[in-house]
Amino acid sequence: MTALEQANQLKAKFGDLISEPAVAHGEITIHLADAEKIGDVCAFAKAELGFNYLVDISSLDNYGEDPRWTVVYHLRGLASGCELRLKTNVSEEKSELPTITNVWRTADWHEREIYDMMGIRFRGHPDLRRILMWEGYPYFPLRKDFPLGGKPTQIPEVAFTQTAPLEGGPFVTAPGGKDAVEREPRVRTPEN
Amino acid sequence: MLVWRTFGVRRFMQTWSEIGYDSKIEGDVIVTRIDAALNWFRKNSLWPMPMGLACCAIELMAAGASRFDISRFGSEVMRFSPRQSDVMIVAGTVTYKMATAVKRIYDQMSEPKWVIAMGACASTGGMYRSYAVLQGVDRILPVDVYVAGCPPRPEALLDALMKLQNKVQHEPFLETLKKA
Repeated sequence: MTALEQANQLKAKFGDLISEPAVAHGEITIHLADAEKIGDVCAFAKAELGFNYLVDISSLDNYGEDPRWTVVYHLRGLASGCELRLKTNVSEEKSELPTITNVWRTADWHEREIYDMMGIRFRGHPDLRRILMWEGYPYFPLRKDFPLGGKPTQIPEVAFTQTAPLEGGPFVTAPGGKDAVEREPRVRTPEN
Repeated sequence: MLVWRTFGVRRFMQTWSEIGYDSKIEGDVIVTRIDAALNWFRKNSLWPMPMGLACCAIELMAAGASRFDISRFGSEVMRFSPRQSDVMIVAGTVTYKMATAVKRIYDQMSEPKWVIAMGACASTGGMYRSYAVLQGVDRILPVDVYVAGCPPRPEALLDALMKLQNKVQHEPFLETLKKA
């Protein structure tokens, strides 16, 4: 079975909850209308369709749009080699999803990282705490409204942070520039 | 005291004459000052405490391996115990999460101690100007030698060690007595 057939099987089972599979660059993406049903969809995908490997869970901050969060699940069937991408949207007021650690145990740390960096909570998670930053760090660093250099914090005996000097902005390269001078990482405005 | 000067031919006597020593008269004895001798002992047996945090640690391992042999400079063993080491080589990115641990290990080292900040990340935060990376380990520790590079070649680290040895040789003795 190819991934497209498996996506269509998912759509047949769950009906309007799942969108039409979008095919791009050889990859299949399906959108889930209701984030609360992610547990059922993932359990079906693992049990019936053979997606026994959760590759990654990722999250996007659509700053300025509603719903603000998009959570992306990458599934893979090790026997068949099929890959599938599931996307769901979560609004900022809710900022909560059911966990899928009961389907794939690896989701434990992926969801902890999403909680740490974006602040999206996972209902039913066995141990939802920060994984990269430390307990008590007050911000969610990968949100679009958090500055790249960071904000000063202080937790005595644990850790402190300071604002990193950015010298005018993140230094970015211009990939595909014709020589190294053009590609040199520097502060770039839209015209250069 | 007789001083031998021979031109064009290197003889054993020529080096000893530079410190005013003539083995025929004094035998195998060198007279020197305590701080010069102590500093000479210290600089030739600087045991490193490798704080290998990231990619620079690989180059630190390479410096310790056989091709670039750090032990010929006296850093015979990489003592992973802070109590038994003299110089902490901070090799790699120091994140804010790790910074408290690095400071604690530095505090556990006994005097006299020195610090080499190896690589761009340990010196200034390197390419990581972000919310999670300490912008230079000198914000929490007193650093003696900085090594530039990403990562620095093992020869650069050995050059830093030699600079540190030079610094140790010229350390005034009484100051360290008061410090300890």
